[in-house]
Amino acid sequence: MLEIEGVDAFYGDLQALWGISLHVDEGELVALIGPNGAGKTTTLHVISGLLPPSSGNVRFRGRDLTRERPDKIVAMGISQVPEGGRVFTGMTVLENLELGAFIPGARRHKEESLKRVFSIFPRLAERKNQRAGTLSGGERQMLAIARALMSKPTLLLLDEPSFGLAPLLVEQIFAMITEINAQGVTVLLVEQNVRAALELSHRAYVVENGRIVGEGSGTGLLSFESVRRAYLG
Amino acid sequence: MLVPLAQNVVSGILVGALYGLAAVGLSLTFGVTKFLNVAHGELLMFGGYASFWAFTLLGVDPFLTLPTTLVFLGLMGVLLYKLLFSRMVKATEDVKVKNTMLIGFGLSLILQNVALRLWTANDRAITTSYSGMALTVFGVRLPVVRLANLVIALVCLVALHLFLQRTCTGKAIRATVEDWAAATLAGIDIDKVYLESFVLGAMLAGVAGALVGVGYSIVPTMGLEWTLIALIVMVLGGLGNIMGTFVGGIILGVTQSVTSYFAGGAYREVVGLLIFLLVLVFRPQGLFGTKQG
Repeated sequence: MLEIEGVDAFYGDLQALWGISLHVDEGELVALIGPNGAGKTTTLHVISGLLPPSSGNVRFRGRDLTRERPDKIVAMGISQVPEGGRVFTGMTVLENLELGAFIPGARRHKEESLKRVFSIFPRLAERKNQRAGTLSGGERQMLAIARALMSKPTLLLLDEPSFGLAPLLVEQIFAMITEINAQGVTVLLVEQNVRAALELSHRAYVVENGRIVGEGSGTGLLSFESVRRAYLG
Repeated sequence: MLVPLAQNVVSGILVGALYGLAAVGLSLTFGVTKFLNVAHGELLMFGGYASFWAFTLLGVDPFLTLPTTLVFLGLMGVLLYKLLFSRMVKATEDVKVKNTMLIGFGLSLILQNVALRLWTANDRAITTSYSGMALTVFGVRLPVVRLANLVIALVCLVALHLFLQRTCTGKAIRATVEDWAAATLAGIDIDKVYLESFVLGAMLAGVAGALVGVGYSIVPTMGLEWTLIALIVMVLGGLGNIMGTFVGGIILGVTQSVTSYFAGGAYREVVGLLIFLLVLVFRPQGLFGTKQG
């Protein structure tokens, strides 16, 4: 479904990605793990079109989206939940969700999408007229995921959804991600919480210093010696 | 003593409404795009001339020329954005502010000289049959056209507020002000939002200019003064706060007018700049703004 081939990317003069290649198949839940600054978020930004790569290409369902505009990429069915959620704090929960359905294709199905996200996140339905700035950290993360779902994506990119949340909430969020994946949305998940990410995912890639250094099934990588040593202690 | 003072306060409110309107346009454009268009005052001047000529040549009532002035300034906004400002969209924020200031300064010189060449350096005012009419309340004179200006300024602000709150485009603009990257990821075309807010800013400048032409007078060299006023009021009111900016305009108008009553007209501009400095030092988020988190 998603194929990334030999992608190099730069922030100014600084090379952040070195020949990244990976693929995600329809229906999969794939994790990208690795230390801080390894290039996981950068990889997501390349896919979303926020950072055009200097070489290599990104293909989604056979279409080249390497130099597409971010809004076109959303319209093709790829939606990213940025790190920290980045909800619009000055706007209401409902307005945040409406903005998630901004692209014309999604706007037509706004009502049914709202029903769907409210059934996954009932808490958001209770707070729909509240300003997003008044939500707790966990609720904001739920809103961010819900907002991304409003564009009816077939591929959901999640950047550190567990970041800064209490363990109990992390478990809830991960359960919701599993449910969303079970409903047929393919997921590419970036996580620092390596053990949970590996248990959750079908496959995972290990990223270090802007390169892919390992790949395997989630549980397979759990027993992978260097991963154990580096991330699980 | 009391009546002249009240007269100055009222005059200050009436001119301050136009300050507010001019500043709201600049603030909207800056809030979304981080383009500091220092030719905003020249756009306002062009709005004034658009109404002046529609009135003079076609004999249309000046308040009825507002729609054509809006369209004219809208087109001018599209043109200037596409030709000059759109190149800055991808730049980082500090580069954007600096470069658009340079573009704006150049543009203000060009527009000012075009206006001088076309329309001479004479002051012009849109004088209608009812321009001299005024209401008198407790000895305070309220010129009818300036009262109408106040009403129109308020209508424009309410319309802008509803536009930003209720429409899809308005919500996209607000989202972009808050977090452009998150807005992009939600599928909002940032280039389009930038264009829309630049054009809206130009249209608001145009209306303000037309109202200045009706209530006061216009001249090709008026731009810089109005850009300064708009900048001061934008800082005073707090970025991204429409009503705050409008109230900021009225505060500046009243302060200027009361100052010139007590200290003489020479101190009008000084007091504005003084307020600007004091706000920047003690309340950089503006009188009505909230701290940026």
